[in-house]
Amino acid sequence: MAAFHLELVSPEKLVFSGEVEAVAVPGTEGEFTVLKDHAPLIAMMKPGVVVIEEAPAKKLRLFVPGGFAEVAPSGLTILADKALPLPELDAATLDVEVGNVEEEIAGAKGNEARRMAVEKRDQLRELRAVLKI
Amino acid sequence: MPSLKDLRNRIASVKATQKITKAMQMVAAAKLRRTQTAAVSARPYADRMERVLANLAASIATRGQVPALLGGGGDSVHLLVVCTAERGLCGAFNASIARLAREAALSLMGQGKTVKILCVGKKGHDILRRQFGGQIIEVIDLRAVRTLGFGDADAIGRKIVALHQAGEFDVGTLYFSRFKSVIAQIPTAQQLIPVAALPPEEKAGQPRAAYEYEPDEEEILAALLPRNISIQVLRALLENAASEQGARMSAMDSASRNAGEMIKKQTMTYNRSRQAMITKELIEIISGAEAL
Repeated sequence: MAAFHLELVSPEKLVFSGEVEAVAVPGTEGEFTVLKDHAPLIAMMKPGVVVIEEAPAKKLRLFVPGGFAEVAPSGLTILADKALPLPELDAATLDVEVGNVEEEIAGAKGNEARRMAVEKRDQLRELRAVLKI
Repeated sequence: MPSLKDLRNRIASVKATQKITKAMQMVAAAKLRRTQTAAVSARPYADRMERVLANLAASIATRGQVPALLGGGGDSVHLLVVCTAERGLCGAFNASIARLAREAALSLMGQGKTVKILCVGKKGHDILRRQFGGQIIEVIDLRAVRTLGFGDADAIGRKIVALHQAGEFDVGTLYFSRFKSVIAQIPTAQQLIPVAALPPEEKAGQPRAAYEYEPDEEEILAALLPRNISIQVLRALLENAASEQGARMSAMDSASRNAGEMIKKQTMTYNRSRQAMITKELIEIISGAEAL
């Protein structure tokens, strides 16, 4: 499979930069996989897992609580709010994330912001159920 | 001619000062390491974010209907966000940022524009207050903050966005010091609102992509634009923190060296006048004995 360039950054650091074959991104409208020569796209991400496939057998899974993904002709750029390798993800970290979102719900101005925050919380809970932690 | 006791006191006080400047230098060196890593590792995200937005701005600009944060409205009211340190004793660090902002403000006012200033950090306010007292709309104090995080920057970012939405200004520029190395910090002006376009040479290389949006353009822009501002503010604050420590370190280094030189000189004078005193006393004794 043809490779393309991926850059995954979080506000703290450059998490991943290199050639990859496929990346699964948790978009707000549903998960999608980016391959080489994907059409230009900007998507928001929901809390979920980014799966980076460097080679067919070499997969890297990272938890992201949200952010943006940009597909440009030059490659894929993921701006994650945070990125944590899945083995390092534990209940405590998820609790903190849920707590942050709860705060967001409490402080949300307007229905639209509240709806988005509530959605985010539900997605986090769902993720927790799926990962069984 | 100062007396011996005066000289002794002066040497002691310079020594005490040197101890303080040395300690400050070491503290700055330790803090520098931490702030430098933070600043350097925050760069990729801010850079990519800037690039994504510039791409986006270029692809949207062709269609008209540009959101105000991206394309801007007029340019009659300018907001200068001046980020400086909370503390002094760091060489020309605060002064050089303030100077850059002041020059910009004066040239804008010369063109008949209205200038408003938002100070982040007490020192910038102290310097700019005299000249632009009436134009400073707010001073944000970060003295209580121990480690700068996204939350602090986000609060400032939101404030800027709120001001813009209230129609308080048209063009927003961020002033801070970019950290290059311990001895070089570059005062920088970065345009926040509207989003600065990519330099032309980068634009020419790639074909302009027409983006698809998911969920939709409006929602993405509504989330991305304020976030970008917060991220750029965060970057400015982190770069500033590293620059401040770097500037303080080199300022305190030269202060310690100056103190060392002064101690040397004073000790020399002290020894000379002590010797002169002894000689004088001896002469008095000898000439007294001869007179007998």
